[in-house]
Amino acid sequence: MLTEKKFNLIIVLGIFAFSLIGYVINEPYFITLATKIVILGIAGCALNLILGFGGMVSFGHAMFFGVGSYVAAISAFHSMNGETINLIFFDFNGSSQMLLNWFLAVIFSMFFALVVGSISIRTSGVYFIMITLAFAQMTYYFSVGWTKYGGEDGLSTYVRNDLFSINTMLPLNFFIICFACLCVVGFILNWVINSNFGNFLKGCKENEKKMISLGLNPYTLKLTAFVISGAITGLAGALYVDLNRFVSPTSLSWQTSGELIVLVILGGSARLFGPLLGATVFILLEQLLGEVTENWQFWLGVILVLIVLYFPKGVSGLFIKD
Amino acid sequence: MSLQLFIEQLLNGIQFGFMLFLMSAGLTLIFGVMGLINLAHGSFFMIGAFSASFVAGLTGNFFLAILASLIFPALIGIVVEFSIIRKLYERDHLDQVLATFALILIFSEATRYIFGAFPLFLDIPNILQGNILLPGEIVYSKYRLIIIIIGLFIALGLYFLINRTLLGIQIKAGQNDRQMIRVLGINISRLYTIVFAMGAALAGLAGALIGAIQSVEVGMGEPVLILAFVVIVIGGIGSIKGALIGALLIGVLDTMARLFLPIFFELIMETSQALSLGSSLASMSAYLLMALVLIFRPTGLFGKK
Repeated sequence: MLTEKKFNLIIVLGIFAFSLIGYVINEPYFITLATKIVILGIAGCALNLILGFGGMVSFGHAMFFGVGSYVAAISAFHSMNGETINLIFFDFNGSSQMLLNWFLAVIFSMFFALVVGSISIRTSGVYFIMITLAFAQMTYYFSVGWTKYGGEDGLSTYVRNDLFSINTMLPLNFFIICFACLCVVGFILNWVINSNFGNFLKGCKENEKKMISLGLNPYTLKLTAFVISGAITGLAGALYVDLNRFVSPTSLSWQTSGELIVLVILGGSARLFGPLLGATVFILLEQLLGEVTENWQFWLGVILVLIVLYFPKGVSGLFIKD
Repeated sequence: MSLQLFIEQLLNGIQFGFMLFLMSAGLTLIFGVMGLINLAHGSFFMIGAFSASFVAGLTGNFFLAILASLIFPALIGIVVEFSIIRKLYERDHLDQVLATFALILIFSEATRYIFGAFPLFLDIPNILQGNILLPGEIVYSKYRLIIIIIGLFIALGLYFLINRTLLGIQIKAGQNDRQMIRVLGINISRLYTIVFAMGAALAGLAGALIGAIQSVEVGMGEPVLILAFVVIVIGGIGSIKGALIGALLIGVLDTMARLFLPIFFELIMETSQALSLGSSLASMSAYLLMALVLIFRPTGLFGKK
């Protein structure tokens, strides 16, 4: 059994080692898998801030992931075709700079999270699950109907964006960029969870009335957490666009929201990096089963059911002692 | 637009609404009585459609096929309830979401393995094909009218079951106080199994009835499932009456929005854009209604505080 700190270190280093091995034995596909794990891990950890620590089960996090994706993709798309976007105050030419596109993705998903959160947090329990789903479905159908940016067929961006003078098309370079984002996000989330704010948030999950009697406002606390979570999920979405050089309404669909929840519960929602382990297990299972059998989804389902029934603390519960 | 077209579309909306009701009735009972979020409910819709088209292919008899769409999903429902679902009642919603999400993968892949990846077809029997002339010179599809009538009967039947039978009283008691009915010596796990099987059968019936209009394929249940969730949240979880009213509201709203929004947008933009914008906004309308209802009534129209 490990302490949580050691567990975090091992999982992060493990993913890094996995991609290095891919580099050494010249299997770029390994590196791509590791990159995918890192990006979905970021989204999962962000969801876990509100789900595991705040007790808010969002079934609409695909919305923030997809909004981040679309914002980054649209910016990159315009920078390629040279067409300007007429914003009310100024013209925007699009950008192929990762940093700027990340920034835009984070700002937009924060805004969405603020609007959706301020309405959704009035409800709780299953109604919260459903209202977040409703908002995500609205953005999904909006993206399907938005033919300017591909509609149902999605939008291709062809090349990856630039970051300083790094060649981002090399898989290992792009992996390291994503990995650096993961580390930064990890530090931020760790800080948030262990701050006073984080303790109050956990308090809201346990007993909201007690928090009110302490003179705190649960609504503001929860909304702040929701916005932080949405912003980081948006960043993951922007990275995912650069990985695939493509975005489609699928990234806004309820299946994506469901998968993000699966990552969290699979890894264990009580831990900061539980979802990162969840992403690792999920993607590797998908991959390994896919090589063995055509009906891998069936066996993936069976394994997931067994994990829920017999390991209620998620996979990370096997390694970490309380 | 003629009045006839309007009424025809209104009937289509009602037909869609009753189909949603068949899905939502089980979902809302399962949630209300057992506290279970069952994402796999859409799989029973699919299983119903596949068993119907399989039996229809074997016997050529549509009515046997409909019977099969009730029986097979109920049997599979009982097996799943016994082996997996029953262990989830005491867990929190998250575990239920993960487990039933996994069940979707299992059911979809198993169906694909057994029946192949290509869609199947289920033919409407001859006597139900064609149109019927309704009062007011409205020409309407016989088959869709039958769906409306079946939906009405099921709604009445459920009302009778819940309010006039012992089982119904036990179900209502189960919604109010689970501990108490256990103390009163009612076999609660049998009650749970019955409710789950009943929900699965109704979903299966809906799948078979719709399978004859659309194609029968893997994954057909999930879009309906999500709309059924919208319905039960609008109606208030656990309430059959709420499910009925919510289903009809959503059915009519969705159909009407699909009819009117493209026409409306054609006034201000070109046709192809108007069509795609109109249909995507129409798809959003159900969710918009749900968000509005939840903002003003956070536990749905007929939900308990």
